[in-house]
This record gives sequence, structure tokens and C-alpha cells, in this order.
Amino acid sequence: MNKLGELAKRIGQLVLVLFLVTLLVAFLMRLLPADTVDIMLPGQPEEFKEVIRQELGLDKGFFGYYFQWLTNFVKGDFGSFYFAGGSETVASHLGNALPKSLLLMLYSQIVALAVSIPLGLSSAYRAGTKFDRAVSGTLFTFSSVPSFAIGLILALVVGVKLGWVEPLGYVPMSEGLVEHFKHMVLPVASLSVGLIAAYTRLLRSDVIATLKEDYVTMAASKGLSDRRILWRHVFRPSSITLMTSAALNMGGLIGGAVVIENIFSIQGVGFEIIYALGTRQYVALQSLIALVAVGYVLFNVVVDIASGFVDPRTRERRGLR
Amino acid sequence: MLKLENLEISFATSRGNLHAVKGVSLEIAAGESIGIVGESGSGKTVLSRASMGLLAPTATRTGTVVFDGQEISSLPREQVRDTWGTGMAMIFQDPMTALNPVRRVGSQIMEGLTVRLGLSKEDARKRAIELLGRVRIPDPEQALKKFPGQLSGGMRQRVMIAIALACNPKLLFADEPTTALDVTVQAQILQLLSELRKELNMSMVLVTHDLGVVAGHTDKIAVMYAGEVVEYASTKDLFARMRMPYTEALMKSIPRLSTPSGSRLPVIEGRLPDPTKPEPGCLFASRCPYAQEKCRTQHPDLTTDSNGHQYRCFFPLGGAQ
Repeated sequence: MNKLGELAKRIGQLVLVLFLVTLLVAFLMRLLPADTVDIMLPGQPEEFKEVIRQELGLDKGFFGYYFQWLTNFVKGDFGSFYFAGGSETVASHLGNALPKSLLLMLYSQIVALAVSIPLGLSSAYRAGTKFDRAVSGTLFTFSSVPSFAIGLILALVVGVKLGWVEPLGYVPMSEGLVEHFKHMVLPVASLSVGLIAAYTRLLRSDVIATLKEDYVTMAASKGLSDRRILWRHVFRPSSITLMTSAALNMGGLIGGAVVIENIFSIQGVGFEIIYALGTRQYVALQSLIALVAVGYVLFNVVVDIASGFVDPRTRERRGLR
Repeated sequence: MLKLENLEISFATSRGNLHAVKGVSLEIAAGESIGIVGESGSGKTVLSRASMGLLAPTATRTGTVVFDGQEISSLPREQVRDTWGTGMAMIFQDPMTALNPVRRVGSQIMEGLTVRLGLSKEDARKRAIELLGRVRIPDPEQALKKFPGQLSGGMRQRVMIAIALACNPKLLFADEPTTALDVTVQAQILQLLSELRKELNMSMVLVTHDLGVVAGHTDKIAVMYAGEVVEYASTKDLFARMRMPYTEALMKSIPRLSTPSGSRLPVIEGRLPDPTKPEPGCLFASRCPYAQEKCRTQHPDLTTDSNGHQYRCFFPLGGAQ
């Protein structure tokens, strides 16, 4: 299949995923009891609420409402949050929230990969030894604890009892790097623990398989050091699963971040989603979830392309089709 | 150049101790070429890997290996490694699996040059181009940029030879270098190896299951059966006065153009003895057409006749001398 066809297929997938996801969200919102606008704007005059209902398209029935939202979304109008005193656009909220969430996810991924790659390589290299068993055991324990529990424990012990870092809030980089990282340490740690466990196990099993390959013995026969062989000859052919999983985990991270952002009161996208859900901000919620879905699908496309660079075998396979 | 004395190698397996090489003593002088011949499972690959010290840590080795005046069998792996590539090098059996699929041909050749010989990148590149020319690869500059998957089997085996020769080894192990290749390519590769060996005054250990392969390309031949050397003589002498019934059986199983088409290929009936179970008599007795009672109860030692021709048989072909 040629590149253009591949791209068209991807875009088709993207559109389908978005359509299904947002339709589902719209449907679920409709199942909620009580009138949305009543909950959104309590104590406002009925005429005002009626105006809002019309603005949102709630008076046009389920599909009428949905297609009004969809048309606006495609045009780049993500809707607004409504308050008693007026409204704020979702776009303006996103401007504040998105950098926080992206940084949180980026740091978590970097920390997770930076820890799990050397850990995975060395525990595969020493498979079956005490070191390997200790690593596997520890990781298994951590992966069994959900990230919010780790977050709460960390906030309580490291943040409150020991007082080493700030347990709550967010400080942008512009207000001081040290403060910024001090606030990020705990949420990043809570999010990356699960990832480290998953990534290390994936890489370990792939590396163990790669170590049995002839080309590894052959690299050894050149007289290279074991360290060089691991990094230069073993890591890359073993990293495809890890990379794919890292990208797929971006989706999971967004989910995890929703909870973690609320625990550590970081006003990121997850925080906004929970807020929109709590106050029945139909349009805002739907736009936010759709944006998350767009991000998720885009990440997958990027990974597919990147894996071709890392491993020429996948590039060829695609070329042959 | 290389001296093996009483080399024993065994692997701990789930079915018990697998005795792969039993008391092998061989000597290879500078510039000499020796063939190690035997069917699959006879221990010839293990023997060549063990001589280099390339075996997995699960293998146990006793006996001594002296390379270039240095007893490498008693050295730690890190020190033995210093002889790899520069002192001893190996060509692997299957060029499809022994080249790293995710690294370019050029970087795989240059790696040994920069890491082991300390060449600059530019010098290493020049040398890599020269090496590829030496192994008769057309357009070496282009070939440097290719991935192994973009080359044919014969070309890959040439690349492997170039990698093995990169650091001017004194001794080259060629482990079934032509088994995975087409018959026409086989002859070319063997011819190339022979020429390069003479040009560079290298010693060579040619491991193969095919007596026809070693016939024109070696000075001496050691025939292995079930982990033992069963016949050891100069190539000329071996073909002129074959003493060992096993070697004769191997000889007969080579297809010839003179045999009428449609006739069945002679095979050696039976199979190799189970290497996890020691047997009291001659290991070949159960498959040997000349076996007598003595062969099943007593183990024959390696006997040397007046020509220095060694064989392990109570009733050698041509009678005892």
C-alpha cells in the first residue's frame, strides 16, 4: 500500500473513532437524570435557561443536538462552560489546562522509559539471578497498586508527613524551575510507577528473546563489550513492543491523569473533564473527550511511522504489501 | 596457533547432563587449514564455539585451549574477549540470522574497526569499502548503506566474511559457511575463503557436514562423531586411506553424478546415540556394518598408525597396520 493510501486509511480510522466516541458520550449524558441546564445554572430565570438550551441545541432532540455540536467541533468551536455569571470558552480553559497535562504525561513517560529501559536490559541480561528476581518482584508489587493509591500514599508520606515536596498545586516553569519540578515530582511518580512495571516486563522478555539471536553471538565474536552489545545490538530490535506500548499508554495515561490531576489539584485536562462532568457541561465535556480521542489516535499514527525508523524490517513488510 | 587439549564440554539440561564434546585434542599451525566434519549433533559447532570461548554460560568446559601461546581456557571472559575479532574470528552458519537486521551493513563492519582497532570513522569507512571489495561485493559504497534484509544470501555471507576479516584475525572459524546457500554460491564462497586465507596467511577451521566441502580447501581433517574425534589425518591421507567405517559411511552418502538417477541415496541407518546417556562401547557400533561383539562392550581409543593417521576403531578399514 502506498503512503497516500496509508494516510487516507488512517484519517478514515480517526474519523470513525471520533464519531463513535462522541456519539457514545452524548448518549450517556442523555441518560443522566435531571435537566442539564437546571444543574448547570441553578437559580437562573427560566427564560435565560431556555436561551442556553437553544444555544446548545438541546431543544432539537438527540441527533439534532449531536450534529450541532459536531459541526461546531469540526469548525474549531469547542463550545463553552456556562456559569451563573456568563460563560467561558472551552478553548480558553484548554489553553491553561493542556500544557499542564501534556507536561505531566511527558514527564511520566520520560521517567518511566528512563527507568525501565536500563532496568529491563539489565534484568534480561541477568535473567534468573537474584537481581532479576528482586526487580520482577518489586515491579509486580507496584503494578498491583493503582496509581491513585500510590498518589495518595506519596502525597501523605512524602508531601505532608515528611514535607519534602509540595503535595498540592501546580507552578508553571516560568515561575521557577525548582518549584515547578517540586510540584511535579509526586504526580509524575504516581503515574510512572505502573508504567515502569509494565515497560520493564515487556522489554525484559523481548531482550531475553533477542539475546538468543545469532546476530548477538556474532556481535560478541567481534570482541565487543557486553554493555555495547546490549545497547547497540540488542536494545533496538527489542524495543518495538515497548514503543508501541508506550504510545498506547498515552491513552491510559490520560485516564490516569484525570484521577492524579484531581488528587494533586493540577488544573489540567483531566481536572477540566471532571469539572465538566460534575456540572453537566455537555458541550464542554464532549469536546474535551473528543480532543483526547484525537490525541490518542494521532499518537498511534506517529508510533507506526516511528517504528519503521527503529526497525527497518517493519518498513519493508509494509513496502511489500 | 591453536591447540586444544582434552576438551570436554557439557550442558546441564532438563534431561540430564548433555555431553557434547568428549576429550578432543587438536592442533592447528599458523597458516594451516583444518576441516571438522560430522553430521548434525556431532558436536562440531560446539567445539568451534568453545575453542573461541563463545559458549553460553550454561556450558561447562574442561581441558585447555591455547591460542597464540596463551592459555585462554583459564582466562576470564573479559580477557578472552580481547582475542575475538583481532585474534580469532568466526563466520556463522546462517547469514540470514547472523547479521543484525536493524543495523546497516556499514556500521556492522565498521564497528569492530573503530571499537577494537581504534580507527577513526573515516578510516574505518575506507577500510570497510576495501573489505567489501575484497569479498567481491559490487559497488561497496552503496552496499555500506544497505540493511542486511536488502541483500541476497550470498551477499550477506560475503558481508559476514568481511566482518570476520575486518580486524585481521590470525585464525578464522567458518561454521558451515555455505550450508544456507545455493550450490552455485557455495562454490564461490569456498573459493573466496580459500583465496583470502592464502592472501592473508590465516589459519582456518572449516566446520561442515559435507566431506566434499573440505576436500579441496583444507590441509587436515578431523571427523567427529557423537562428540568425539573418530578420525584425524591430513586431507590427502584421509581420502587415500580411509580407516574409520563412519567416515566411509559419510563418504558414501554424498550424492554423485555417476549414480543412475532414481536410485536411492545411501544413508547411514540409525541415529546418533543419546548424548545424555553414556554408552560403554564404540559410539558408532549400533550403526556400523562392521561392528563386532568387542565394539559393543569396549570403547576404542584413538590409535595412530605409522603415517600419523589417527582413528578410533578396533577393526579399521584396510586392517590394522
